[in-house]
Amino acid sequence: MKTSHLLSGIAFAAMFAAVPVSAAELRFACYQDGVECDAWSEAFKTFESENPGTTVAVDVVPYKSIVEGLPLQLASGEGPDLARVTDLGGLAQYMLDVTPYVSDAAKIEEQYGKTLAWTRVNGPDDKGIYAIMDQQTATGPFVNKTLFDQAGVEMPGKGATYEDWAKAAKEVAEKTQTPYPMAMDRSGHRYMGPAISYGAKVFDDQGNPITVDDGFRGWSEQFVEWNNDGTVAKEVWAGAGGSSYQDAAKEFTNGSLVMYVSGSWQIGRFGRDIGDAFDWVAVPAPCGPGGCTGIPGGAAIAAFKHTKSPEELGKLIEFISREDVQAEVLAKTKNIPANQSLQVKGIDYENASEDEKAALTTFASALSEFSPVAFQFQGYKNNRAIMNAIATRVTQAIVGESTLDEALERVDTDVKEAVAAAK
Amino acid sequence: MLALQKMTGAQRIAWVFLFPNLLIFGLFTFLPIFLNFFYATTGSDRILLPDRPYVGLENFQSLLACESYLDPNSCARDIFWRAVHNTGWFVILQVGFMILFSLVTAMVLNRDIPLRGFFRSVFFYPVLLSPVVVALIWKWILQRYGVLNAGLEAWELPVTNWLVEADWAFFWIVFVSIWAHMGFYTLILLAGLQAIPSDVYEAAEMDGASKWRVFSKITMPLLMPTMVVVIVLSLIRAVQAFDEIFVLTGGGPGSATTLLLQYIYETGFAYRPQLFGLAAAASLLMAAVLLVLTLLQLAATRRQAEG
Repeated sequence: MKTSHLLSGIAFAAMFAAVPVSAAELRFACYQDGVECDAWSEAFKTFESENPGTTVAVDVVPYKSIVEGLPLQLASGEGPDLARVTDLGGLAQYMLDVTPYVSDAAKIEEQYGKTLAWTRVNGPDDKGIYAIMDQQTATGPFVNKTLFDQAGVEMPGKGATYEDWAKAAKEVAEKTQTPYPMAMDRSGHRYMGPAISYGAKVFDDQGNPITVDDGFRGWSEQFVEWNNDGTVAKEVWAGAGGSSYQDAAKEFTNGSLVMYVSGSWQIGRFGRDIGDAFDWVAVPAPCGPGGCTGIPGGAAIAAFKHTKSPEELGKLIEFISREDVQAEVLAKTKNIPANQSLQVKGIDYENASEDEKAALTTFASALSEFSPVAFQFQGYKNNRAIMNAIATRVTQAIVGESTLDEALERVDTDVKEAVAAAK
Repeated sequence: MLALQKMTGAQRIAWVFLFPNLLIFGLFTFLPIFLNFFYATTGSDRILLPDRPYVGLENFQSLLACESYLDPNSCARDIFWRAVHNTGWFVILQVGFMILFSLVTAMVLNRDIPLRGFFRSVFFYPVLLSPVVVALIWKWILQRYGVLNAGLEAWELPVTNWLVEADWAFFWIVFVSIWAHMGFYTLILLAGLQAIPSDVYEAAEMDGASKWRVFSKITMPLLMPTMVVVIVLSLIRAVQAFDEIFVLTGGGPGSATTLLLQYIYETGFAYRPQLFGLAAAASLLMAAVLLVLTLLQLAATRRQAEG
């Protein structure tokens, strides 16, 4: 009898032991400007509870790793399952179309179609879902309002040109003894907003880059001049080499900069770092002959082809696209939503100051008026090559290593070579 | 072990012990070098070698295409040639002054001076710092509103945007590099000085030799083997300089402080598209120059020893 019971027990245990339990771990490489990775880590706990057996490991990495290291990993068939990236067009070749793995592709298309276009590099019939924006950004200026008030200078209004702003900022800087009237991040991405406003067409009718034209030249002449006459803080562009990115956020937050051309991703940082030290505002993109535009952009969470868990990855991408999830994350990160519904409804940002709320509203509004050329540029798969060439060559003109004509000729050559190499 | 020795023979067993190290060395040193030759003859921005089209010597031709090698603006790869020029000047100035300062410091520290141990530590301490830390410290000192300008302003002296003026930026990368590495070479030279028998100096002193004669006829000849080591090491290190400079100036202003290694790094990894072939070709040219310099140096040293 005892032997019989023992055998029965063994059989019962084996019955459950033989039942397979699926498990998947998705690795997410994430960079953050503020608290984005922290917010997503928190949100993924909900995903994990909804999907037992699937876990998401968030690896917080420097932005530089995303820009330089990630493409190498992906090109060799390695890397994370998904990553928070900005070079959507450039990395699109490595992305996984999760359409077969989501339950409602039409809804995702409805809510994110405009930005999904930035990853659809396989021709006009490409309707894939490769990445979901977790923020949309807009480039444009921030202004130290307190300095304007102290100087008794009226801020230029909507429709003001870059020259109008430069004149006003210089006056404020002189009257308040502020070191820097203006500054712009050392970035080809920042540069292209005013370039397009000055009339740069960027692309020909066939969609090929024609970076250097009269509009581009006009802005370049102005920018180089301003760097050398002290209107623009020279050390931001001239104080670095190669295509290195350099910002001027510190100069703005410590009150030594009147007007700072950067982007909406800085809002959360400024809210934290400036606090009540001074009043600051975002202003609409200044104007030129070509319009009044910055460059749209943002970060997206992209799925990659080499994943061993495409089904789980598809579920995660769909989770990331949900309106309620986006709202929760954006409330913490204080960014502009890419989700169409949330753009209409707005976000109830957590602990946002009045300056932060106003800046977010300004950038969101400005974004809707950006030039179609700016959107085209953002989605162009080789846009980073253009941006690299701009940072390198325009700096050479600023510091006198080459004339502006030589620099612009090199921009053109560099871009053509890059396009050829990338084919 | 005895069985293994019997199996391989007394002479061949050494290779058994060397095998693990040779395996690692081969895998992580020789294999990359080997692959580098292949990459240098390919184009495209693909990372995997089989995906890259063969282009022969096109990358080398592109790098070497110039109307005048003295004018980088006349070159197809102007920044490469700026990097070559910058590296050349950096090597001459950094190695020359560093060895001079290291030798003087070593000679001073070789004397019986008060607090000798303390000063030896002080001079060696920068060597222990991470290059990034070194660069950040000096960046904090040299930036427009940094410590140096604050001090100058306090004394009502003219201030300069040190890292935004090309000539000053170059001066400071040389200075900072010397400051960071001098202690290492000082230590080597100090060891060399201490290895010189004291009775030689005593004999010279008894013969009434002048200090210069003692230095030129005794100290330097006997120190030469150590000096060769210092020169070779510092030369190689200078040509490969990257880390402190990249953090301090980013290669700027413009490309005024861009050295060869930064050019290679940026061409292959930082720029879009990533031109691995061009970067590989540049690295091979750099390696070739280094090899030639080293061989010339060794030949000169051998001739001097024989003379």
